[in-house]
Amino acid sequence: MSIKIKDVVNKKSPMTQGHRMCPGCGAPTAVHQGLMGVDFPLVVVNATGCLEVSTTVYPFSAWRVPWIHTAFENAGAGVSGVEAAYQALKKKGKIDKDIKFVAFGGDGGTYDIGLQSLSGALERGHDFTYICYNNQGYMNTGAQRSSATPRGANATTTPAGSVIPGKLQKPKDLTSIAAAHHIPYVAQTTLYNHMDVANKIKRAIETPGPAFVNILVPCVLFWRIDPALQGEICKKAADTRFWPIYEVIDGEWKLSYKPKKRVPVEEFLKPQGRYSHFFKGDKSKALLEQAQADIENEWKYILGRCGDTWEPQD
Amino acid sequence: MPRKEITSGNWAFAEAMRQIDPDVVAAYPITPSTDIIMKFAEFVANGKVETNFVTVESEHSAITACVTASAAGARVMTASSANGVALMHEIFPIAGCFRTPIVFGLVNRSVGAPINIHCDHSDSMGQRDLGWIHLYCEDAQEAYDSAIMAVRLSENNDVLTPVFVCQDGFITSHGFEPVEYLDDETVKNFVGEREPLNSLLDVDNPVSYGSFAMSEYYFEIKRQQIEANKKALELYDGIAKEYEAVSGRYYPMIDCYRTEDADHVIVIMSSASGAVKDVVDEMRDKGHKVGCLRIRMFRPFPKEAVAAALKGKKAVAVLDRCLSLGGTAPLVAEVRSALYASGEMIPTNSCIYGLGGRDFFPQYAEDIFMDLINGKISPEERYIGLLE
Ligand SMILES: Cc1ncc(C[n+]2csc(CCOP(=O)(O)OP(=O)(O)O)c2C)c(N)n1
Ligand code: SF4
Ligand SMILES: [Mg+2]
Repeated sequence: MSIKIKDVVNKKSPMTQGHRMCPGCGAPTAVHQGLMGVDFPLVVVNATGCLEVSTTVYPFSAWRVPWIHTAFENAGAGVSGVEAAYQALKKKGKIDKDIKFVAFGGDGGTYDIGLQSLSGALERGHDFTYICYNNQGYMNTGAQRSSATPRGANATTTPAGSVIPGKLQKPKDLTSIAAAHHIPYVAQTTLYNHMDVANKIKRAIETPGPAFVNILVPCVLFWRIDPALQGEICKKAADTRFWPIYEVIDGEWKLSYKPKKRVPVEEFLKPQGRYSHFFKGDKSKALLEQAQADIENEWKYILGRCGDTWEPQD
Repeated sequence: MPRKEITSGNWAFAEAMRQIDPDVVAAYPITPSTDIIMKFAEFVANGKVETNFVTVESEHSAITACVTASAAGARVMTASSANGVALMHEIFPIAGCFRTPIVFGLVNRSVGAPINIHCDHSDSMGQRDLGWIHLYCEDAQEAYDSAIMAVRLSENNDVLTPVFVCQDGFITSHGFEPVEYLDDETVKNFVGEREPLNSLLDVDNPVSYGSFAMSEYYFEIKRQQIEANKKALELYDGIAKEYEAVSGRYYPMIDCYRTEDADHVIVIMSSASGAVKDVVDEMRDKGHKVGCLRIRMFRPFPKEAVAAALKGKKAVAVLDRCLSLGGTAPLVAEVRSALYASGEMIPTNSCIYGLGGRDFFPQYAEDIFMDLINGKISPEERYIGLLE
């Protein structure tokens, strides 16, 4: 079941190179890593956002597989329609192949404006996988806040000012919301380990019924990071437990990555320009403490769901 | 064998859906179109259709799923009204541009506020420039027949344009009247099988739908839609005649009722034309040369046919069941523009009627005709049946 690297290295990714995403952007990496282990023909549905805009600049398309984008808030409904057509045409014998359906939406298109459409599709039980490539902001339109933007982060609609230090609210826990639909497969990961990404998405796609994967991906431009640090930043997100890595398989929650060593949140925040205000001025200490407290609270919640007691060692 | 039933416009449309047996229906309830999807749900539950019926969580999702299912090569139908139609607005031009055939039962209802469940045409008129074909039906029979014809028009590979089949909310959708149904086999043969171009499910020949096209290409893509609309105008009548051959009923783009030798004509759409036609008969008996021009196809607008039908008339009144607040009501704007373009400078009264389901009485039609006959012509909008 799990992927062997020698089987996939020579496979063509469903998405070509030569698209127009920024060098170092995490979104195309998520597509390549996520889909590399999938052996089925795929149809991809894409919500409006950086991935959509930058991969299909007419008359070109970076997609080697059938691909459709209609709007921003409706990838869940879009994939429902294609899947419904497939089931109908298959029943009538007009299609004989086994095809799988994948929707990609950014955090804006998934946590916010597309939440209803996603929830509807999950509840109806279509056979598809929804992948939220989560860069924690509306990047395509210039880094406005979304409900996935972390507390304190600078966004263009929640700029870090002299009075208000960036976004005030905690992010929405969308992975739990997806899991609350009691669908067969839910996972959360990031680009910290390509085999983990590939295996989770392969499993999601091969699981009959709806599946949801929330994958944290850096936006090099608006996280203001060195493009070479994509993998490293994601590793820090996992190691600091800023972004816990876990699966929910048929309702069973399980940590898939247990950081051995306690790593303070600063290590994740420091390389990112969107947190530069965390490291200067008189609010610095309070902001860092708040960020660490948010992590500990979230971790406690996840451990509770997993029935686990894992703590990294100091 | 055809069979006759006393039924409603909604159920007649649903019956057409049963006979068409589309691959996918994605729909969401809203008065007054809800009966269509409830009736259809019964067909699904009782195994009368093979359709994959997707009971989505909103109209926005309904139309989205229709578009993507159609792009995947499925034959697709749905229905909605009013606020539901308004919620779909964002996706309609996408359906038009993707050239994804969809047959849509639009049961006309006013758009709030004030919230009101009754008929006017503000819901569909709000969607008039988005690349859909609009057919407005006078009665339940026509709604049934149009649903079947619309499949052929929409899926024609030179047209590939989604179609609204409009009927008047409550008046037609809930009124009971005799409707003649074709037998299932005839409908099946008439609609045939969809032969999709560029299907998303053709994984060996991948296509991308919904690309990002900037100023270098956008205009040219729109130009192709203009061509599709021309094709719809061109090919419509052939399909209507083929339908006549199997049903005995012929529906031209415009329905000219005693207009040929008329001096004065009322131009109108949908159910209220029935009352106007009655009044035409009565007034003809009294020696007035009056007629009724019912516009059935509003998009693409059959400009030349309309101008030809009105050529040489002394005066016409155009009745809109819809406002264009701050502007000129949609039907009269089209009619005046068609007349002007053809060099016909015919005096035209613009009358607004029936908003929010306000009744339209035969007396109103008579008064409107008498104004034309008595030379009471003026450019300002008139409001029919309004208490002021
Ligand atoms: C209905 C609607 N509202 C707003 C927009 C403008 N818009 C386009 S992309 C986008 C943000 C996308 O954010 P996200 O989903 O996180 O994807 P990202 O660009 O970050 O990859 C917005 C606000 C739109 N296209 N449609
Ligand atoms: S702006 Fe950010 S999300 Fe968009 S392509 Fe660039 S790095 Fe990727
Ligand atoms: Mg984003």
